[in-house]
Amino acid sequence: MALPCGWRCWNGSSVTELLIRNGRVIDPASGLDQIADVALAGGRVAAIGPGLDPEGGAVLDAAGCIVAPGFIDMHVHLREPGFEHAETIETGARAAAAGGFTTVCCMPNTKPVNDSATVTSYIVARAQATAVVNVYPIGAITKGSAGEELPAYGSMKNAGIVALSDDGMPVMNARVMRRAMERAHALGLPVINHCEDLHLSAGGDMHEGAMSARLGLRGIPAVAEDVMVARDILLAELTGARYHVAHLSTQYAAAMVRQAKRMGLPVTCEVTPHHFVLNDGCLAGYDSNYKMKPPLRGAPHVDAMVEAIADGTVDAIATDHAPHPGSEKMQEFERCPFGILGLETAVGLALATLVHPGRIGLARMIELFTTGPAGILHLDRGYLRVGGPADVTVFDTAREWRYDVTRSASKSSNSPFHGWTFRGGPVATVVGGRIVWQREPAGG
Amino acid sequence: MGNKRGLLGIAGLERADIEALLRRAKDFQQPPGETASRRLNTLAGKMIVNLFFEASTRTRVSFEIAAKRLGADAVSISAQGSSVQKGESLVDTLNTLAAMRPNAIVMRHAASGAPHFLARYLPIPIINAGDGAHEHPTQALLDARTILDNRPALDGLRVAIIGDIAHSRVARSNIHLLSKFGVDIVLCGPPQLLPRELADLAPGVRLTYDMREAIRGADVIMMLRVQLERQHEAPFPAGEYFQFYGLRLEHIALAKPEVLVMHPGPINRGRELSSEVADSQRSVILNQVENGVAVRMAVLEWIIGD
Repeated sequence: MALPCGWRCWNGSSVTELLIRNGRVIDPASGLDQIADVALAGGRVAAIGPGLDPEGGAVLDAAGCIVAPGFIDMHVHLREPGFEHAETIETGARAAAAGGFTTVCCMPNTKPVNDSATVTSYIVARAQATAVVNVYPIGAITKGSAGEELPAYGSMKNAGIVALSDDGMPVMNARVMRRAMERAHALGLPVINHCEDLHLSAGGDMHEGAMSARLGLRGIPAVAEDVMVARDILLAELTGARYHVAHLSTQYAAAMVRQAKRMGLPVTCEVTPHHFVLNDGCLAGYDSNYKMKPPLRGAPHVDAMVEAIADGTVDAIATDHAPHPGSEKMQEFERCPFGILGLETAVGLALATLVHPGRIGLARMIELFTTGPAGILHLDRGYLRVGGPADVTVFDTAREWRYDVTRSASKSSNSPFHGWTFRGGPVATVVGGRIVWQREPAGG
Repeated sequence: MGNKRGLLGIAGLERADIEALLRRAKDFQQPPGETASRRLNTLAGKMIVNLFFEASTRTRVSFEIAAKRLGADAVSISAQGSSVQKGESLVDTLNTLAAMRPNAIVMRHAASGAPHFLARYLPIPIINAGDGAHEHPTQALLDARTILDNRPALDGLRVAIIGDIAHSRVARSNIHLLSKFGVDIVLCGPPQLLPRELADLAPGVRLTYDMREAIRGADVIMMLRVQLERQHEAPFPAGEYFQFYGLRLEHIALAKPEVLVMHPGPINRGRELSSEVADSQRSVILNQVENGVAVRMAVLEWIIGD
């Protein structure tokens, strides 16, 4: 395949630095699906086609593997600054790479909260200095994520935020949400809400249903999510803002997003792997690794998540990677914090639950990890095209592997998927043309 | 989950285990009029730690008496009111306790599932003396023992459980136990204290908000205390509560003759039940307390006996 001459001149580099050879290249953005080589040079894709010359550069043999645009996780918690005992930008980025992600977006609930250009710039600088993957910060909707005052979105955007969210907390006040959407709309930033009516969730620890009644734990009803998704969709229509539902988990929330899309509203949503894989039955042993927000729902909700992913209602799979150190998770269920690790198991779970049973095809899965989140956040990533960013995720769909959280790249180990066996998963992660993670060879 | 590993709840017990425990508890009942207890040596040389993270009088004392009557040593640790975060103290306590090498730990905790959490890490049998709103297995056993002291069998009885079901571990354990014996169980309370999902907890359970309907034809009425300490929102107005869900003499006529009135204590006269009912011939509340020791002896012997 010929390279566009103009690009070679503009980039200043022409010699292939890494050749990913013989993989099945799937790029949903262009509809490409064929066995081909991908040549990377100068941080860009230099060529895609069969039988490319390595030109003396490194070669990554991808035979039998899928070669896809670099995966994007638009919802992670990297805990830095402020909670470096749980995770840092460096360790979280390494976990991302080990999970096949080349780009992550970090939520602002750090200490201090990312509600100013100063904090945003700090995160950007730390990421440049320590992260092996691309890191984009998400700024707070309200100062301190306290739900009241709006911070200076414009300067935060200039410093590098790609979206707004108070994730971990909802914006309870509808007027505040309206004003936030209006200003975000003017700046072209999407607003991401953690939908949980705090009066309805009222300090609950798990999904409200037969299981919570049995276990004697306080419930978080599905309606706590539903009412806020409904409110926000109406506000998105009123303000014209791009609105995104974080970690959607209920039947009705999915139905409302589906309807909003039919109405042509700029409404999107993400689902986490744990919400399309696990249900509230997992809590029978009071294991705190099954405690997160939104809570693991009842089986009908889980089925509705798979359905919404299959029919196109869901735009992205996001992990909500939420590290907590063992000392905090090793407590009575109702006292331990919410959240689990997600980066290293997302691809394996998506393959196991969505692709292998035939609910969606590989191209659709890749979309959910690439063009989906890139489109929501207006990132110039998530595609494989000559001249585009040299971010590549290589994964396979067949090899069996076991997840051992004690060997995680994350600083924490709060995963319910420890010991799970997966069929297929990440093989190599390439960021800016450089291999930042590679699976250990079989038997090694 | 009842075996030599401990007793975490009634839900996991087999009917045969429950029957064996109830039979054994009968052997341990004090003959009427006898005050000083006979001491046995069944558990001589064994040590039981009572670990109470939440206030308790009758349960803690009856476990202590039960242990001593079987010849075991009993040590009580009260961890309530600690300024340390409870979770941290629980993990710390875990290590301390393991070092003392008791034969069993009797545990009361305000958090549902706390004994299950400890049981995962401790190689010592744990006896659940009440965890949050989850289970209180020895209370259900002593309630069953009390019913059987007055009825030939549990099978086919109709039992009304009335009051703050949502926050009640006593209710949950009783529902599990009675259901295993085919009892017709009616749960009754105000909507915010009666989650609809409890109808699915076990076979034979129905719900009603109408106290008269609950009591009609009942063989046993179990009244529950409104657990003010566990309410997370404005409680049902007290006066209205007694009007709709307080047990009064006029209700007794709706039940079967010889109906048994039970209450896990401590009772609030004029809130859950009137003084006349509490002191009536129909009340077996003090028999319940008495059976607490006998049932806990049977449980201790079952868990740590040779």
